[in-house]
Amino acid sequence: MNGVNVPEAITQAHHDEWARVVASLARRFGDLDIAEEAAAEAFVTAVERWPADGVPPNPGAWLTTTANRKAIDRIRREDKRDDKQKEAQMLYNDAPPEPLGTIDDERLRLIFTCCHPALAMETRVALTLRMVAGLTVPEIARAFLVQETTMERRITRAKGKIKAARIPYRVPSAEDLPARVSGVLAVLFLVFNEGYLATGPHTDPVRHDLTAEAIRLTRLIRALMPDDGEVAGLLALMLLTEARRTARVSASGELVTLAEQDRGTWDAALITEGHQLVRERLAARVAPGRYQILAAIGAVHTSARSVRDTDWSQVVALYDQLVRLDPSPVIALNRAIAIAELDGPEVALAAIDRLADKLAGYHVYYAVRADLLRRLGRGQQSRVAYDKAIELAGNTAETAYLTRRRDQLG
Amino acid sequence: MRYLVSVIHDSDDRATPDEMAAIDVFNDRLMAEGYWVFAGGLGGPSSATVIDNRGKEALVTDGPFVESKEYLVGFWIIEAADLDVALKLATAGSKACNRKVEVRPFL
Repeated sequence: MNGVNVPEAITQAHHDEWARVVASLARRFGDLDIAEEAAAEAFVTAVERWPADGVPPNPGAWLTTTANRKAIDRIRREDKRDDKQKEAQMLYNDAPPEPLGTIDDERLRLIFTCCHPALAMETRVALTLRMVAGLTVPEIARAFLVQETTMERRITRAKGKIKAARIPYRVPSAEDLPARVSGVLAVLFLVFNEGYLATGPHTDPVRHDLTAEAIRLTRLIRALMPDDGEVAGLLALMLLTEARRTARVSASGELVTLAEQDRGTWDAALITEGHQLVRERLAARVAPGRYQILAAIGAVHTSARSVRDTDWSQVVALYDQLVRLDPSPVIALNRAIAIAELDGPEVALAAIDRLADKLAGYHVYYAVRADLLRRLGRGQQSRVAYDKAIELAGNTAETAYLTRRRDQLG
Repeated sequence: MRYLVSVIHDSDDRATPDEMAAIDVFNDRLMAEGYWVFAGGLGGPSSATVIDNRGKEALVTDGPFVESKEYLVGFWIIEAADLDVALKLATAGSKACNRKVEVRPFL
């Protein structure tokens, strides 16, 4: 033993190497199922062997070699049963992998395969968390509040489709890349948002495991595609949002709004890093996409000492820019929140009245409406809107916050 | 790898002259670029006959095996390296025939 903490080394190797091991096996054997299973077996072997044998000098290489051996064992085993598997063995070759350019990183291929547009969004999320992030099926099932068997089926079906329909294992061509990258970012943003404000009532209101995983994967994409503005934008957005995470829920489990957060508890290091990314994108002088604009809005908020100190005209200007890119009612609703600070609640209320039809099932619409009516002294109408928001909200911290607000109405 | 590109529509109206011309251009491209295997248009569900000869006697039924609002009106069979190529071709095919298409791999 060399004094290394073995469980810690295994956790670290899992974080650092899981995606790489799965990716290199997927490439070599052309089969995600085999790659996933062999990678999992290699980690089990590490748990068995490393405490006695010591942590190998290059854990990644050890894990890849072990996983390769497991995969070959499995193919040989199945080969005896089923001639069809011969096809899989054909893909096996002993040649060392060709040297890869940055963009051709194997993990990147894996991410693009998991986030393929021919897969349903919820499937892409599940598959990315399993294959790339290395979360277990029970962990993913818990994160999305579905039965383990349901999640297992979803992942198995996805692997089956990738194989049967031959979803390619490669980085898309330059022509398709922007659309496909934005598909990957959408998956990562979804994972992050679920962590930042969990949808359902039966989980922690904030899921640090999911936000951390989303940030880790976005960092990985950033390292692989350092020149992509939207990748940088999404990373900045996540960092500037994550920086406020601990201030977001009170000790009593209630959501704390931006206005009421103790800004002293915000994570200064994450804010610095996020601001730096936003500055980098500004300096690039390329028209920003939605994540870059959202990150810039985050940068305005995290630069202010208080709500009153916030440059709301800048926030509104950024939302105006965003509305031009994405005229969705949710963006318009967020813009109205900034308008309330700049032009007053009356103007904001008029703006959200126009969204009533499109956002009829969205609790945030009623929460915003309730708050604007409260500020205008229209208590009775405000109460009705709070009731509706509480009825529709799922997150426990949010429900607690809305309930207190409603009960404080005169 | 072969893929079936099914054309799905809610009526069995024939393709308009414009649609037919676009389909011809698309077919020519499939042939020129080596993707073409086979293609065809189908009569509507009302022209279908179902036969079940799993029992002692063949059972002949008039009409489609399943009634649905949308149904198969034609298809292409293409040879493509992978799903990305197939989806690209199917996207162009949908535009050409001005109908929805579904892509499925052959086993």
